[in-house]
Amino acid sequence: MKARVFVTLKPSVFDPQGRAIVEALHSLGYESVADVRQGKYFELDLSVPGGDAAEQLAADVAGRVLSNPVIESFRIEIAKGPAQ
Amino acid sequence: MKVAVVVFPGSNCDHDAYHAVKHVLGQDAAFVWHKETGLGGADVVILPGGFSHGDYLRTGAIARFSPVMAEVIRFSEAGGPVLGICNGFQILLECGLLPGAMLRNRDLKFHCEQVAIRVEQTNTPFTNLCTVGQVLRLPIAHGEGNYFAPPDTLRELEAAGRIVFRYTNAFGEPTDQSNPNGSIDNIAGICSEARNVVGLMPHPERACEIAVGSADGLVLLESVVHSLRAAHV
Repeated sequence: MKARVFVTLKPSVFDPQGRAIVEALHSLGYESVADVRQGKYFELDLSVPGGDAAEQLAADVAGRVLSNPVIESFRIEIAKGPAQ
Repeated sequence: MKVAVVVFPGSNCDHDAYHAVKHVLGQDAAFVWHKETGLGGADVVILPGGFSHGDYLRTGAIARFSPVMAEVIRFSEAGGPVLGICNGFQILLECGLLPGAMLRNRDLKFHCEQVAIRVEQTNTPFTNLCTVGQVLRLPIAHGEGNYFAPPDTLRELEAAGRIVFRYTNAFGEPTDQSNPNGSIDNIAGICSEARNVVGLMPHPERACEIAVGSADGLVLLESVVHSLRAAHV
């Protein structure tokens, strides 16, 4: 099973990288990009039998290691079907 | 006094800490590899600066799972003094011995310079020979030292007198201009609820001899010698 984990800074936390990117975009003329928040993306290859087990394992790993709950939140997608 | 200096893969201020304790202070010091499960009977633990595990994932995020950290946590719970410097502070935040987290410096630049910090609290094992309001000149060298804590945590830290150091100008005033990284409320260092675990971003161990530009950091190490002597009397 494949799981995708998206880690992003919580809305209340200032993102210096996102700010630098949006300022760069504005200077390039992309004025209608109102804001940018930068995050992290992980692909997990999981040796578990089913979607529920994959979801549980990915959530455990994402909450304990891949994200820091003080500043970040995460979202998980379990890929259906064979690995691509 | 015997100080354990924990060495993670990527630590690069371990020798500075060892030198300051052993050769400047004249106390016993020993390196402890992060895979070890004991602290060799140390009275004090220093988590040194550097880039443990290349700062991959988040600063300190992988080092916190090193075998030695379980022992450091046990040591701190028994009241043992622990000092986390720079990356060591980041590891203390990641493992939960201290609250909060680090963000990228607000200007996205790596800051390597001498800064002024003000001592806010003297009732910790590492500041007991300081005076409140004392200004120390210490070097910083970090890209992720922008301390963040949610508002309720910040209120708790302030109310309990756990903000130990603040970035200030030379006159001890915590201005925005004297804040090198954007840390909330100019926070440069904090301590645990029991006060025995202290973390700070500036490097006292690199400022223990006039020959290297400042000896203002030595008082932190002298303080812990003093606190241990007081405890043993």
